[in-house]
Amino acid sequence: MSVPGAWYLALAAVVFAIGAIGLLVRRNVLVMFMCIELMLNAVNLTFVTYARMLDDVGGQALVFFVLVVAAAEVVVGLGIIVSIFRRRSGATADDLSMLKG
Amino acid sequence: MIDWVVFSVAAAAVLAGALGVVFSTNPVHAALMLVMTLFGVAVLFVAQAAHFLAAVQVIVYAGAIVVLFLFVIMLLGIDKAENLRAEPLRGQRPLAFLAGLGVLTAVLMLARGAWVSGAPSQVATLSGPGSNVAKLANALFGRYLLAFEVTSVLLVIAVVGAVVLTGQEPAAEPTEPEAKSTEPGAKLTEPGAVEVTS
Amino acid sequence: MVEAVWLIPALPLAGFLILAIAGRRLGNPRAGWLATAMMVGSFGATLVVLAGLLGYEGEARSVTQTLFTWVPSGALQVEAGFLVDPLSVTMAMFVTGVGALIHLYSIGYMHSDPNYTKFFVYLNLFAFSMLMLVLSSSFLGTFLGWEGVGACSYFLISFWFEKPTAATAGKKAFVVNRVGDFGFMVAMFLIFASLGSLQYVTVAAGAETLSTVTATAIALLLFVGAAGKSAQLPLYVWLPDAMEGPTPVSALIHAATMVTAGVFLMVRINPILALAPDASMIIAVVGALTALFAATIACAQNDIKKVLAYSTISQLGYMFLAVGSGAYAAAIFHMVTHAFFKALMFLGAGSVIHGLHEEQDMTRMGGLRKWMPVTSGTFLVGWLAIAGVPPFSGFWSKDDILANAFELSPLLWGIGLLTALLTAYYMSRQVFLVFFGGERWRSEPARTSKSKATKTKVAAGHHGGRVPHESPWAMTFPLAFLAVLATLGGLLNLPFPGWTVLEHWLEPVFGENLRHLALSSSTKLGLIAAAVAAALAGIGVAWATFGLRGGRVQGLTPPVLARGWYVDDLYRNLVERPGRALSNFSATVVDQKLIDGVVNGLAASVRAGGERLRVVQSGYVRNYALAIAGGTVGVLVFVLVRSGV
Repeated sequence: MSVPGAWYLALAAVVFAIGAIGLLVRRNVLVMFMCIELMLNAVNLTFVTYARMLDDVGGQALVFFVLVVAAAEVVVGLGIIVSIFRRRSGATADDLSMLKG
Repeated sequence: MIDWVVFSVAAAAVLAGALGVVFSTNPVHAALMLVMTLFGVAVLFVAQAAHFLAAVQVIVYAGAIVVLFLFVIMLLGIDKAENLRAEPLRGQRPLAFLAGLGVLTAVLMLARGAWVSGAPSQVATLSGPGSNVAKLANALFGRYLLAFEVTSVLLVIAVVGAVVLTGQEPAAEPTEPEAKSTEPGAKLTEPGAVEVTS
Repeated sequence: MVEAVWLIPALPLAGFLILAIAGRRLGNPRAGWLATAMMVGSFGATLVVLAGLLGYEGEARSVTQTLFTWVPSGALQVEAGFLVDPLSVTMAMFVTGVGALIHLYSIGYMHSDPNYTKFFVYLNLFAFSMLMLVLSSSFLGTFLGWEGVGACSYFLISFWFEKPTAATAGKKAFVVNRVGDFGFMVAMFLIFASLGSLQYVTVAAGAETLSTVTATAIALLLFVGAAGKSAQLPLYVWLPDAMEGPTPVSALIHAATMVTAGVFLMVRINPILALAPDASMIIAVVGALTALFAATIACAQNDIKKVLAYSTISQLGYMFLAVGSGAYAAAIFHMVTHAFFKALMFLGAGSVIHGLHEEQDMTRMGGLRKWMPVTSGTFLVGWLAIAGVPPFSGFWSKDDILANAFELSPLLWGIGLLTALLTAYYMSRQVFLVFFGGERWRSEPARTSKSKATKTKVAAGHHGGRVPHESPWAMTFPLAFLAVLATLGGLLNLPFPGWTVLEHWLEPVFGENLRHLALSSSTKLGLIAAAVAAALAGIGVAWATFGLRGGRVQGLTPPVLARGWYVDDLYRNLVERPGRALSNFSATVVDQKLIDGVVNGLAASVRAGGERLRVVQSGYVRNYALAIAGGTVGVLVFVLVRSGV
């Protein structure tokens, strides 16, 4: 007997929450980025679960696209991080406070 | 029975990895924890008969993206341990916790509606002819062709963006001073003029 | 020929425009000659119109020339045009005639003033406004001229505006006039409401339909306006202060023309007055009281111009007494003769002031008869005229008024007679102090007087020393001319059958509203004798006090009279103090605290709100991420609630 989809969904929700909290709490920029990846994975898991439950391959196709976009996002995001933090090491997200009003 | 075991182990891996990412002080440790999470998710994909995706997950995510992360960590040298005790921003921690909890609760409550829908969770595979890859390919190149093409364009843009973002500015190049020769007897020669020293 | 009437105001208007644009280029003295030429031309046009009007007979002597429809607004249709009838032509004649003489005089009087051209700009503008006032065919046209002369009066009184008293006097004149104008305006509203038109011809024709109450109301409201313009109680306070202006201004505006506008207006509405005997009585009483009141004040003034100012108020009171008695022709007659001798005396006073280098205090004059022969000779003519000594003009006109007043009410006649005595007294006092007696100007040390630029003129040696000199021909010629008119002016309306030229001429304007004397010859003779006796008595008392060798110079000027029965102080306490307090209150409390407080408070609160909200913009990415997370929770909860979980 297979595991009911509900468990998968619950797991995904928990991982998403952990990723969200991690994003908000951590100061290291790269760790924050990894938490974003966590959240994306949780979402992927949800999509696949629903593809199985609703018998629609579109869910898996969407995961495919999410994967591609996540890859592109990581590329560009890391490029930005590199260009900002190139000159100063030991910088954290809190140092980027130039938007202070 | 075996499904439950697989699920438990994989779920444990995922959760442990997630917690590890959030609580590791060293970013390299965090990256490795992330890899563990990704593997766990890949296993869960397989358990749900999404074989192709599981493969792609491991190859792209764990193989490329996490490596990229590690490259950047090493390049920038921001692998210093972060002090997790201190929180400079006031009220960030409790509010973050609340937000996370709120999201979890809301999602769970929203998902509740479909739990009892009685989706065919008995059968693990999708209906229809062909293997999982074939079904996925049919969907991608059939119904979702436009999205597929747009995604390829997106990839090109991402590459261009990365090159532009990280390219060196021409003026920042320090130029080498000219006529550095300090050998005795050697004279500066102007372009076009030939001087013969004996 | 009557069609030339538009030229009469057009020429001064052209003079005004030319001088306003190119006056400075024309310079001194050509600008003055241009202005005078315009006035002379206007006088000529008036003669032409007069000749044309004489061609008509009787009732037909009322020609309206309409230029265009000025106000085509529904029920209110006002034509812009001129009404040529005996009354308006008479007014126009002496306005342009005396005006031209005074323009000529001003060329000499103002020749050393730096703002020479500006003076003539204003004078011509004034002439235009006054002519519009008398020649217009509607109340609204007259009101246009009314306001115009008020504005020019303000400009000209405060001509030397650097002097604070002059500026204040101009403002006072304008504001007090405004009070009167209010009455005029409300009267116009009433006229329109009850008769549907503002044209004189229409109103005169329809006047019989007015109820007594409406007629009384209109008459009294117009009288409020007239009281403001013609300086009657209680709105006379601006006229003495108006003497701050140059003397030609005092002569033209405050003696001969503007102040007569009120009398003219009341005469114009004689059809309405005929229906309102109560209003007429009130007008007569106010006129008589003003005449007496002003005469008492004049007895105690030391400034040569102030005496003449109060004298003007007094004589205007006589004119209103005549109007109130229904003797409109007598009022116009006295207006004309008064214009002659009062303008003469004002110009003479200007000549004296000029000759004595801006001295205006009579106690420092004296014995000018031999130094300024022409001035004193003509001034004496004016004196005899105003005192009511036959056969000069003033005697005939004043007697005409007194006779009509006697028929209306012996009490009012008594007041008029007493005023005549006082008039003779104070005018004689003035003459003796200025032209006779010891030469007090010799021994007086340098003064700190109110006369402007005395020290500078003396220091600059402008007139070569302090001996008085006769004035140039541009100033003495008008004096002589006016003296002739003041002597012969009585011929206009002698009270003998067949000699009442003016009354006969003005007959069509008044119709039956004119009072015709029904006194016996013996009564008339008795009245004449009383008037002459009063005049001689006044002269005699003054001569005994001031004229004899060794007579007094100072004295007989009790403060209550010298300060004008303290009316100005009364107004200051009654009107100015509360007004000023209210203004201060509005400026500090209402404006600064309330309104500024609200506006500034609004800005301050916006800023404070901004400061509070600024906290959100911490600049930290993680805070922003937290906000996004919070928003996400919100959206999810919303979806939850809507999907009915």
